[in-house]
Formats: sequence, structure tokens, C-alpha cells
Amino acid sequence: MLKSKSVYTYTLLIPAAIIYGVLFILPTLLSFFFSFTRWNLREWEWIGFENFMMFFEEPSLMIGFQNTLIYAVLTMGLKVVLGLIFAVFLCSKLKTKSFLRATVFFPTLVSTIAVGITFSALMHPSQGLINQTLGLIGINGPDWLGNPSLALISVAFVDVWKGVGIATVIFIAGIMSIPKDYYEAAKIDGGNKFHEFWNITIPLSRPAINTVIILAFIGGLRTFDLVWAMTGGGPGFSSDLIASIIYKQYQAGFYGLSTAGNVILFMLVAAIAFPLYMFLNRKEVDL
Amino acid sequence: MKPQTIQSNSNVILKKKKDKKKQTNILVEAVVVLFSAVIFLIPFYFIIINSFKTSEEASRMSISWPTEFHIIQNITEVLNARNGMLLLAYFNSTVITITSIVILVLVCSMTGFVLQRRSDKKTNGIAFVFISGLMVPTAIVPTIWVLDKLHLFKTLPGIILIMVAITIPFAIVLYRGFIATIPREIDESAIIDGCGGWMLYFKIIFPLLKPIHATVIIISAVNIFNDFVHPLYFFPGAENATLQLTLYNFMSMYETSWNLLFANVLLITIPPFILFLFFNNRIVAGMTAGSVKG
Repeated sequence: MLKSKSVYTYTLLIPAAIIYGVLFILPTLLSFFFSFTRWNLREWEWIGFENFMMFFEEPSLMIGFQNTLIYAVLTMGLKVVLGLIFAVFLCSKLKTKSFLRATVFFPTLVSTIAVGITFSALMHPSQGLINQTLGLIGINGPDWLGNPSLALISVAFVDVWKGVGIATVIFIAGIMSIPKDYYEAAKIDGGNKFHEFWNITIPLSRPAINTVIILAFIGGLRTFDLVWAMTGGGPGFSSDLIASIIYKQYQAGFYGLSTAGNVILFMLVAAIAFPLYMFLNRKEVDL
Repeated sequence: MKPQTIQSNSNVILKKKKDKKKQTNILVEAVVVLFSAVIFLIPFYFIIINSFKTSEEASRMSISWPTEFHIIQNITEVLNARNGMLLLAYFNSTVITITSIVILVLVCSMTGFVLQRRSDKKTNGIAFVFISGLMVPTAIVPTIWVLDKLHLFKTLPGIILIMVAITIPFAIVLYRGFIATIPREIDESAIIDGCGGWMLYFKIIFPLLKPIHATVIIISAVNIFNDFVHPLYFFPGAENATLQLTLYNFMSMYETSWNLLFANVLLITIPPFILFLFFNNRIVAGMTAGSVKG
């Protein structure tokens, strides 16, 4: 055993370790240092917690923090619920199953910028297809992306449109892995479709649900491109996310502040996603 | 009444009930298919139909049938814009995608192999560091600083290595999962035959990984090809166009010419669509890998 272990030499992981270490781990570690500095890439000056204070005092920065949480929770919730509905539906006896699955899944493979542009056109307040359609049934559609209280939610909906396909296929894989006997047993006991869904499908596809929750939540926290393509964080700062603030501060040359935004995003992911991951995985083991 | 008739009667009722259920099922299915077609397919129809139109017609943003088919002119105009920027972008994006994938396949399969075969504490620690990269957001400005120190900022090798670095966690997870299904007996017999670590890996293991190579290649291809954020930060500059950056820049340039914008969107969507047509099942399998077992 000892001998065979030495065959699996660590030298095999050196190439990956160098690339990943230098270009991912090292910058991550450095970000903790540079977030406490005023910095122009050549010289830095230690300013303590000033960047972080600014982040939480300045309303235009603070809003990004709130928006990020709203966005992550909203997109994650919708992806889980809608994905589960699609998946249950797609696991029943359908003639058009593979067509439907492909239809729901394809948007996940399209570039985010392309999706953003397309939906900017569809959500145009007067000419956009969405409001034109609503107009047909007598509803005066809102300015989806121009209304400060709606812009973030509109973008979140587009995110769900684009991303629900991944949730759906993961749920389908989860549901398919449930042995059929459980459903037969439920039928014999006189359970209806709802019982089957609530007492068999949900608990037994827990691993899949956990995966979707974590993937969608972290994806939501880190989102940048869709918001940037659709609203640029506007109107005003109403749809700014932490990731878009990092970009804006970077463009403005406030590298220390931008890096502080990065550290805050890291902390947010670590504070929410890591415990969530541990918690959900522990439950899995119990199953 | 004879018992037989009762039975046949109830059979008829049961059958009627079943037929009715079947009918409602088909009805429900039709409604759902129609609904999801509207939600998921109309945007694509909208892209295609508008990329065919003239500028004035496309500015109405409708899904009506074009009166004039302008697709060839639109595509030529998009391709010629800014001295053929889009062609350069196609070239750059292709080079970035292919080179990163070659590196990823080599480097991550080796790593996944070692991380799966060894199970001591140290190895688990290393695996955790690699896999946590799935969650940790890229530290933007420090990465630029590191790239700059290495003289790789704004260069093709720089953006390629960045793409490799951010895709490593995902690829390692896939390889590690797959290698777990390859029996250790294969290693052992190779060791008895005198294979060392590298030889065992390249001669025996690497060829066995074909299915997972395919999955890693296809999914990374889509992700790297579609990535906007990393080229935006680490590959800026006029000559450093990638497809997603070009599309983003065209957005402000063609504010009023939706036909050209959508012609560009169409051109950018074709490569992932082709991959999707041929490898739909493999893509789905890769994305759901490990999610069920946890």
C-alpha cells in the first residue's frame, strides 16, 4: 500500500497547482491585503478599514450589498421552484419530452450578453414585445428596466429564464435516480400525486435540490454580466450589485475600494455559501 | 342483471374514465408545450427574424415577418465594422477557447487522478483548496497586478492562463468523479509491470478518460467561449477583441441598428447551438454529474 501510494506522485499536480496558485489563490490572498490600502497598482498606502467603512456608509455602495442579497435569494428561489415544476412535469409520460427539455435547457448555453441585449429589446417600455403583448389584453406594461424599483427584479427574471434549465436538468437527474418501487408503494397505500411529490420526490431528490440551491445562490451573489448588459447598474444605482460596483470602482481607478468590494463579496460567499454547503451536505449523509 | 353485464358495464365506465384522463393529459401537455414555446423560443425567433430585417424595420422591434430579407447585407456590415473587428474577435475567441481546453484537459486529469487515488489528510486539504474555487469569486484588481508583474496583462497567453485557472476547479471535480469509477486493479497491474506514476497516468489512465474528456471539453468550450467578465478585465484594448466584448461594444455603437446587433447575436449564438445539437446529452450529463450522489 505504501509503495503504491508513492506511485501517485504529487508531481502530477504541479502544473495545475502552479497555474491555479499563481493566478487564483495568490490574487485572492493579496486581495485581503490590498483592500486595506489606497492603491494605484504601483504604490500603496495603508489606510486601515477606510475602504470598508466607505462601502457601508456610502448609500450608492451600500445599495449594491442589499441588491446582491435580494438578487441571489430571488433568482435562487425561482430557479428551485420553477426548476422542480419543470422537472416533475418532464419526468411524466410526455410525447414531447426531449423537445421540451431541450427548449428549457438551450438558453443556458447562450452568451449572457446576447441574452441581455435581446431582453433589453423585448422589455422596451413602448415598443418591446412584452408590453405590446400586455397591451393586447389591456394592461399598460411598466418600464421594466427604466423604473428604479423594478429594474433589479426584471434582470432577475431574465436570469431565471436563462438559468432555470440547469436547475431543471439537475432535478430531472435527481428524480430519475429515485427507485420506482417507492411510487408503487405510495399508490398501494392510496397516496395521490401530491403525496408522491411531497413525501417521495422532494425528500429523495434532496441531493439534487441542495446542488441547485448552492449553485444558484453563489451564481446569484457573483452575477455581473447580465446586469451590466441590461441596465449598467441603473437607473441611478438601483440595480447595482457588488460585482458591478467592483467594476465601476476599478474603472474609476479606486483599486483599493474595488478590492474591498471583492473581499466583501468573498466574505458574503464564505459566510452564506460555505455553511450552507456544510449544512446541506451533512443532511445528505444522514439520508 | 347477470354479474357478467355488471362487470362489462364497469369496464366501459373505467375505460371512459381512462379515455377522459388521457384527453385531459394531452390537453395539459399541449398547453404546457405552447406556453414554454412562447416563453423560451420567442426570444430566439425574435433574434433571428430581426437580424433579417432592414434597419428601419428592425427598429420597430416586432416579430412580424420581414418585408425585405437583408441578412446577407447585415452580416457583411457587421463583419466589416471597425476594420473587421468581429473576425479578429472570432480568431481570438477561438484561440483562447482551444488553447485553454488543451491545457485544462492535460493538467486537470493529472490532478484529478492524484487527488482521487490518494486519500490522506494532506490530499484532502489540497482537494478542498482546488474545489473551493467553484465558490470563491475572482479577485479582480490583485489578479491584474499579478498578471502585470508577469508581463501577461492584456496578452493572449495571459487571458488563456486566467481561463484555465478559473475553470480548473470545475474540471478537477469532473475528472476526480470519473476516475473513482476506474478500478484500482488496473493501476496495480501496471505497477507490477513496472510503471511509474507518470507512465501509469499517460499510458493507462489518460486513454481511459475519453468520455469525461469529451464532457470537460464541451462544457468548458461553451463557458470559455461565452465568458464576458474575465476578458473584460484581463484582456482589454482595441486589438484584444473577443466575441463577447465585441458584442458588448457594438451595443453602444449600434444603438439604433437592432438588425446589425441581432445579426451579431446570431453569429455568436451559432457555435454553442452547433455544440448543443450534437452533444446535448453529454452537456446535460456533465452539468448534472455528481449532483445526484452529492
